[in-house]
Amino acid sequence: MKKDIIIAGVGGQGILSIATTIGMAALEMSLHLKQSEVHGMSQRGGDVVSNLRISDKEIFSDLIPFGKADMIISVEPMESLRYLPMLSENGWLITNSVPFKNIAHYPEVENVLTEVKKFKNHVLIDADGIAKELGSVKSANIVILGAASPYMDIPLEILTIAINKIFKNKGQEVIDLNLKALALGREFSLKHA
Amino acid sequence: MSCKSYLKISIFEKVKNSKILYRYMQKMLLLGDEAIALGAIDAGLSGVYAYPGTPSTEITEYIESSKIAKEKGVKARWCANEKTAMEAAIGMSYAGKRTMVCMKHVGLNVAADGFINSSITGANGGLIVVVADDPSMHSSQNEQDSRFYGKFAMIPIFEPSSQQEAYNMVHYGFDISEKYRMPVMIRITTRLAHSRAGVGRMAEKEQNTLKLPTDLKQFVLLPSIARKNFRRLLDLQTVIENDAETSGFNKYIEGKDKSKGIIACGIAYNYIMENFQENLPFPMLVIGQHPVPTKMLRKLYDECQEIYVFEDGYPLVEEMLKGSLNLGKPIHGRLDGTLTRDGELNPNKVAVALGLKDTIGQPIPEVVAQRPPALCSGCPHTDSYLALNEVLRDYSKGRVFSDIGCYTLAALAPLEAINTCVDMGASITMAYGAADAGLVPAIAVIGDSTFTHSGMTGLLDCVVHKSNVKVFILDNFTTGMTGGQPSAALGKLEAICAGVGVDPAHIRVIKPLMKNHEENMKIIREELAYDGPSVIIPRRECIITLDKRMREKFKNK
Repeated sequence: MKKDIIIAGVGGQGILSIATTIGMAALEMSLHLKQSEVHGMSQRGGDVVSNLRISDKEIFSDLIPFGKADMIISVEPMESLRYLPMLSENGWLITNSVPFKNIAHYPEVENVLTEVKKFKNHVLIDADGIAKELGSVKSANIVILGAASPYMDIPLEILTIAINKIFKNKGQEVIDLNLKALALGREFSLKHA
Repeated sequence: MSCKSYLKISIFEKVKNSKILYRYMQKMLLLGDEAIALGAIDAGLSGVYAYPGTPSTEITEYIESSKIAKEKGVKARWCANEKTAMEAAIGMSYAGKRTMVCMKHVGLNVAADGFINSSITGANGGLIVVVADDPSMHSSQNEQDSRFYGKFAMIPIFEPSSQQEAYNMVHYGFDISEKYRMPVMIRITTRLAHSRAGVGRMAEKEQNTLKLPTDLKQFVLLPSIARKNFRRLLDLQTVIENDAETSGFNKYIEGKDKSKGIIACGIAYNYIMENFQENLPFPMLVIGQHPVPTKMLRKLYDECQEIYVFEDGYPLVEEMLKGSLNLGKPIHGRLDGTLTRDGELNPNKVAVALGLKDTIGQPIPEVVAQRPPALCSGCPHTDSYLALNEVLRDYSKGRVFSDIGCYTLAALAPLEAINTCVDMGASITMAYGAADAGLVPAIAVIGDSTFTHSGMTGLLDCVVHKSNVKVFILDNFTTGMTGGQPSAALGKLEAICAGVGVDPAHIRVIKPLMKNHEENMKIIREELAYDGPSVIIPRRECIITLDKRMREKFKNK
């Protein structure tokens, strides 16, 4: 088993919560893992990316080679497109449909979404909307993780354990909220992909 | 302890209690930075000294927040700058304890005086200098390669290729630092510093007890003593080269196809293995410890037709091997265009260099716009710059000298408020030089933490020469860009400026908020009209630390 995942977003959107959850799940499965992150200047509202690699064999490079990623998980639609050179031919593009506009020249959202839809394996999900209905927009990242989960070769039960562990200190309410977010994202993905 | 055992995760060592055994067997998911931090704690560290700088910050942060370190009474100190940090570490080494000093590559320029001389004094307690380089300049002004500094100082340099190796090298580094009584360098790059992987721990060591050097003049660098110390350092060169031959951190991997011989320094090893996996056909010399053993180099050179050198940084080994005249076998790397001269390595660059097939996905669609980093919404710097920009409309352009920090982002649109950013503290001194050239008034914009790092002496220059320089010290109570470490300037700025000799009537504090915009511009105009050094302190807490503080407060209620 080997999955190379690009996680994308804008500094401050908390993409690392997705990486941490998958990382925790990989540990549960005793897989090897390497995860590179962006710290420093780019965190100030710039584009940020994490290379997450999990495998049952030794992983060498911290960086995924171009054209070899199995999946792009993005919390922002324009950011999902920035990493297309990383994605393999049959890879999956899974992205939030809600734009994060902190630049003056953000393109027409419709044009961005059209580009996403051109991609044969894509999931375009209104994660913010689903999270808001659940009662906390903060769980949007876990909704997106849920949408990516059918293509990740990590059993749902393992992701559930990971979420339980990660949010343990925040109480049962937060755990339940995130488990619901995971389930709704997954459900959407299975229905719409 | 034999050298080789450092290479294994000696999880069973001295561990009897099954609960502890479990803890040792569990691998921890750590950043390269954190692996170094934990390695140091486990190896008996007594104190870490640092000034925050990407990508090195997380080392000291980890030790600062580590429960184990706290229980052991390990000192984790943010210092005024890298030089004071370096010197504090030399002091702790003098007193016989294990100590580490951490910085980003350009921080070593600041610490260079102490650093270079520490190789002449030698160490007493283990002394490790950790330097995190930033090839590709993800968050820096240049991509200088700290290994050149290590070579300059003539000390052992370690270049880990993985988080585990980084952890192990700290243990080994402390041991040989004490064995040879010399400082050692651990050099990492951004990719390893900020990448997570599983790390297994070794048995914990006790801290050293206070023990002064046997020769109480060891650290007195009077010429007569320094000459003696320097000769000792020169004599040690063969010793540390032999150490690099046997420590196990340099490995010779045999290969059947001798058409190419590969040299892989540090994490370059990962990119080569990524391409070949278990099927590397060529002999490869993996370098993790300098000085590079001549014997190993000789073997590769004699055995192979051509040599390919991969280094994540400047071509240090490549240049050495090639020499000025380049009369031997073909040597390929960054110098002959086989690899780009700049930028960090990656699996694709390495593949192309070795004649393997390149891979790439689809191009980035045209609709994708650039998203450069920017000041946060609500950032006090924005309001300060808006006021300054408006006042400066009455003057010719190009007179704002700035510095290193979040506020450097004002060089970009929409603010486009500053004209320079060179090094820590250069805003004030460059403004001073430009004022001497006739550019008056000259404006300097510097952050509170950067001011106490390297700005105070420049302000003294301005005062001594009554220079027409207006120094804006943007006081947000923190070291913002690196994630909000404490600022040494907190609560001291007016006293420092007055102490340096700025007329208190020309030390003006304003609160950068849009509701104060008119009033703030009035104060700035008044100071611009004054022919002499002034300090204007726009003071408002960083929006990120404010947010964090409020959330903590809310949580505790």
